Amino acid sequence: MQAISFDQYRAGKSIIHCIDPRVKLLLTLLFIISNLILPDGGWIVFALVLACIIALSQMSSLGWGYVFKRSLIMIPFILAAVTIIFTLPGEAIAQFKLFSWELTISDAGLIRFASIFLRSWLSIQFAILLAATTPFPDIAHSLRHLYVPQIIVAIILFMYRYIFVLGEETQRLLRARAARSARIPGRKGGSVLWRAKVAGNMVGQLFVRSYERSERVYQAMLARGYQGEFLTVVPHHMHQKDWIAALIAVIAVGLIQAAAILL
Amino acid sequence: MLLSIINKPAELHIPDGFLSTIVALVSWVIVIILLGFAVNKSKEKLNERQIPLMGIMAAFIFAAQMINFPVAGGTSGHFLGGALAAIILGPWAAILVMTSVVGVQALLFQDGGLLVMGANILNMGILTALIGYGLYRASAGKSKLVRYGTAGAAAWLAVMAGALATSIQLWLSGTSPAQFVFPAMLYVHVIIGFGEALITVGALAFIERVRPELVSDETVKDRGGKAWIIAGVVISLLVVLISPFASANPDGLERVAEDLNFIGAGMDAPYEIFPDYTIPLLGDSGASTIAAGVVGVAFVMLIIFIIMRLVSNIKLGEES
Repeated sequence: MQAISFDQYRAGKSIIHCIDPRVKLLLTLLFIISNLILPDGGWIVFALVLACIIALSQMSSLGWGYVFKRSLIMIPFILAAVTIIFTLPGEAIAQFKLFSWELTISDAGLIRFASIFLRSWLSIQFAILLAATTPFPDIAHSLRHLYVPQIIVAIILFMYRYIFVLGEETQRLLRARAARSARIPGRKGGSVLWRAKVAGNMVGQLFVRSYERSERVYQAMLARGYQGEFLTVVPHHMHQKDWIAALIAVIAVGLIQAAAILL
Repeated sequence: MLLSIINKPAELHIPDGFLSTIVALVSWVIVIILLGFAVNKSKEKLNERQIPLMGIMAAFIFAAQMINFPVAGGTSGHFLGGALAAIILGPWAAILVMTSVVGVQALLFQDGGLLVMGANILNMGILTALIGYGLYRASAGKSKLVRYGTAGAAAWLAVMAGALATSIQLWLSGTSPAQFVFPAMLYVHVIIGFGEALITVGALAFIERVRPELVSDETVKDRGGKAWIIAGVVISLLVVLISPFASANPDGLERVAEDLNFIGAGMDAPYEIFPDYTIPLLGDSGASTIAAGVVGVAFVMLIIFIIMRLVSNIKLGEES
């Protein structure tokens, strides 16, 4: 695996790709906030939001299949909410025994769990769409327009530049460890403590390599005229299409919220 | 992709939708104020040379989280890195670095949500920096054994603090019932924290062998005043006191919270200034909930701001 495959951006020329990154970031946040305040059990509204995200994914030339597949990364976390099914007081739907526990599924618990899951699942899809249709430096740059402090944006830009380099460095370390870890059948490997020590040395090694790289990078940047400020040659102007996209999205969110109150 | 699911310390990266709006907002407020101080401090203390360093350190933390080691039965130990970052970079720089790590994980990889990013930064970046640096600062100048012991304990406690804070947020949001979330999260992280401690000590020992000047006692002391020790010890004590109580006796926790008027039906917001978090004029709508939230958030903001002013004044006094 190449570390460059970390990048989530999928180049394209669709309408969604072309919207100003600042607008896209704000609209993504708007949709996520709108999802968060949807009431429990508002299935029709959840379906409306899903229709929105499917339409947007199709318009973006990625297709909803891509977004759906990526959205599965949130699945492990639903463990955190799953127990609410059994503990929220409500009418019992089913009852079963697990080891020595008597578990009762309540209707209120099931509705609460499904609502948390859906809100989260719908929200992550908007975030995926943003990352897939916007080059990361543009996202970082629009953070600057949203008053995120310069130093944090600069760190984020550097980090983005170097996660691929250090990611590959790490893969080399991991490969080197694997190559030296031949196992004779029937014999045990080192103790957990010893393994942890190896991992600790790898982290230390990675740190020293990263630190020395940062010294070289700084020297190289100085040589090219760096004065502590990042400049961009991409001007950010709001075009008519950006205003129209923003207007349509705000109306969509308004309708979703109206539906949530009325239904 | 399946590999990336298994291979990430995802337990602490809360996705959007798992925290109530009010819990997410309050976390953001705390984080924004602390970040404000960190940004100001970095202007005072750091020159433009530190920016490439901190950026590459953020990438280092991200890459180091890929390094795992087999424990037993197919499970593996992972590395979160907050405590190590605080020890080798100092508290303010570590807060900025960990914030960037959490930010990029959320924006680029959707590992952790956008609106709940405040909570994730608080749990994985700020608590870890406070505990990691605060405790290690106390041991600066002592023997290797004491320092490495402290670093290990700090790394373990930092993971426990993150797990405890995550559990509290999930519980106050009405996402997870107290009797499950506290024991589950805390017991799992007792073990994860152990791996974190071993890797942190191993990495620290390695760095001290290869580049001793980066972690010398003077460097460590130079990066923050003694107020950090107090902050680190107080938070560690809170973690040590609350964790066993919360995991062994969640009903008690629930009762305390109810007595203090913290939770209504177990799923409402952490405080109740307005009945059901709505402002009467606006009626029972999403907008009203948000407005009530904003007022509450402004109140919390004021309190934290005052506390932070006090803390940073004490610190400045010591340095001069």
